[in-house]
Amino acid sequence: MNKSENKLGKPQEYYRERYLRNLPTAFCAGCGNGTILNCFVRAVDALIQDKQLQHQNLLSVSGIGCSAWIPSPHFKGDTLHTTHGRAIAFATGAKIMNPKLQVTVFTGDGDGAAIGGNHLIHAARRNIPMTVILVNNLNYGMTGGQSAPTTPLHVQTSTYPKNPETPFDLSQLMLGAGATYVARWTTYYVNEIVDTLKEAMIHPGFSFIEIISQCPTYAARFLTEFQTSLTPKEQEQFRRQPGAWMLKALKGKKTGVANGHPRYQITLQEKPIDLGVFKQERRPTLIDYLQGLWNNKGDA
Amino acid sequence: MKAGLYFVDGGIACAEGAIYAGCRFFAGYPITPATSIVEQMALRLPQVKGYYVQMEDELASMAAIIGASWSGGKTMTATSGPGFSLMQENLGYAYLTETPVVVVDAQRSGPSTGQATMPGQQDVMQARYGTHGDIAPIAFCPWSVQEMFDFTIHAFNYAEKFRTPTLVMADGEICYMREPLTIPKSSAFPVLNRNRFTKSHPRPEEIFLRYEMPRFGDGHNLLVTGSAHRPNGVRDYTPTFHRATIEWIFKKSQQAGQALFEEKLDLEASHLDSAESVVVSFGAAARPAYHAVQTAQKNGVNVGFVRLKTLWPFPEAHLKALLKDIQRIFVVEMNMGMMVHEVARIACQADVISIPKVAGEVHDAKEILKAVMEADAV
Ligand SMILES: Cc1ncc(C[n+]2csc(CCOP(=O)(O)OP(=O)(O)O)c2C)c(N)n1
Ligand code: SF4
Ligand SMILES: [Mg+2]
Repeated sequence: MNKSENKLGKPQEYYRERYLRNLPTAFCAGCGNGTILNCFVRAVDALIQDKQLQHQNLLSVSGIGCSAWIPSPHFKGDTLHTTHGRAIAFATGAKIMNPKLQVTVFTGDGDGAAIGGNHLIHAARRNIPMTVILVNNLNYGMTGGQSAPTTPLHVQTSTYPKNPETPFDLSQLMLGAGATYVARWTTYYVNEIVDTLKEAMIHPGFSFIEIISQCPTYAARFLTEFQTSLTPKEQEQFRRQPGAWMLKALKGKKTGVANGHPRYQITLQEKPIDLGVFKQERRPTLIDYLQGLWNNKGDA
Repeated sequence: MKAGLYFVDGGIACAEGAIYAGCRFFAGYPITPATSIVEQMALRLPQVKGYYVQMEDELASMAAIIGASWSGGKTMTATSGPGFSLMQENLGYAYLTETPVVVVDAQRSGPSTGQATMPGQQDVMQARYGTHGDIAPIAFCPWSVQEMFDFTIHAFNYAEKFRTPTLVMADGEICYMREPLTIPKSSAFPVLNRNRFTKSHPRPEEIFLRYEMPRFGDGHNLLVTGSAHRPNGVRDYTPTFHRATIEWIFKKSQQAGQALFEEKLDLEASHLDSAESVVVSFGAAARPAYHAVQTAQKNGVNVGFVRLKTLWPFPEAHLKALLKDIQRIFVVEMNMGMMVHEVARIACQADVISIPKVAGEVHDAKEILKAVMEADAV
């Protein structure tokens, strides 16, 4: 095995040259966003090699937040870096006007579930063919660790000493809204992310992948229950390298298999969180409907 | 609709203008008085292999037409005051990313829900200054059903020519009103197509600060962002880059102003020979204003008439020249006095008198006439 070759396929240079722009990263050390970009690039490459996708048809759309910077400016392909919360609405227009595009939206938990929550549920309901990667880092990272709709109950954030809000289960929300592909992973499960992305990106409908990700700069502070389970020496290591140690918190135990993928469960705070592919279904998309109207000829 | 003479409302005329101009994507959210535009687009777009998408709100409508424009379509949305307010952030995105889109605001009486459905002209400053940051808009202002058709086509043409959003600042009155509409034969009315982006440009990697609009899916690896950027799209907050972008936005608006003047789309004037006073108005308010001027003339009062066809860029040089020797300027508008400040700014020695109107009503020609006659008698 080549030295720089990793378990996930070809040498890193291969992916870098083909799919990344040579620009410095703005992410904090240990942030999960880089992992997600790596997974995305590997899924894209596999689909391109498989002739299921063409590079020039890839469009990445993002909102505002750290997670929005995953494709923009890093991914070498068309990118539309939009306003806070609205990425899915921009993507809806881009996709419908040119259905050949394979549209992937990168959004954060604040971007996609707070300010942009309405667009998320309606795109799912309309079954607009696009893949939404929602990076759930349990807080507003870019603005400095404030409470988000996903922040665990009772933890301390920069805006609430004891977060009073019950966190949103976004995968459940998507199931309820009618998304036709729903999966949830954490950044620990890189192979699973790549595998599901490969399915989701060619899924003929709205696909949603929530990725619980480590934000070592802010969210690491409130993983208190995880930290108390560590030995004092490990706690010290946690403080030095919160990213690597958060990954351990994002590793769960296997609970079974569903939809052709393993199921896991993690416990970040008191409530267990299920991981896996929750739904894979087909129904007509909005584009099918809109193009179906073309046959009813009127006077043009 | 085929070429011919019709009797329709302003909303339908606007939608037909959009279809004529090649609009193939419309995203909207229902709101009166824009409803007839929305419904006509929903009916007509499938007939021309286009897309009508009903969004969840106006933020989404504005976002979707920008996305669709980057996918190569001519795109439009239509709304009224409350929706126009919601569109402001993403409208700013369209200015910064130099995205051609058309936004129609069928103004109604605000603020807030106000007198929902009743007409107003209270968004003219929102059109100019509504989004945060420095922008330089192009805003047409129709006063008839025919102009709803014509100006919508012009709005598309200017959006494409200058790679920028353009606005049609209509009002409820013109949208509801039925009048004859002549739809010309296809290609009888000039329609500009998108300036195609090619790599044969001297700076092929630059996608901003130029008139050619690239589109997704062509292999250009476009980096489009609402952050300050270099001409190649890479985010960069260095003052020189952002200054260049903002100056370019203003330069395009200035060029548009010149083009509007040359095409006689900036304003129209009449009865100015030996006039001592002038009535300035626009949109629905200009109809009673024009009637008042004609009546005053019949009564021997020498009052001129100027109607703004575009509000922004404000046709200041042209207007200034016309009003040079005028003693009194009446500005008739359906708000508490907004454009009057623009007129006052360029009026040399003249007294500038505001004739406002709020509360969802169009002026009565008599009240304008009265103000003009009283001032003349002094
Ligand atoms: C309309 C608007 N409101 C607020 C902001 C400020 N803002 C920027 S990023 C952000 C939070 C992003 O959080 P999230 O979506 O979770 O992304 P993360 O940084 O955590 O990846 C906020 C509130 C903004 N840019 N625009
Ligand atoms: S603040 Fe958090 S999410 Fe943002 S780059 Fe840093 S670690 Fe990543
Ligand atoms: Mg977040």
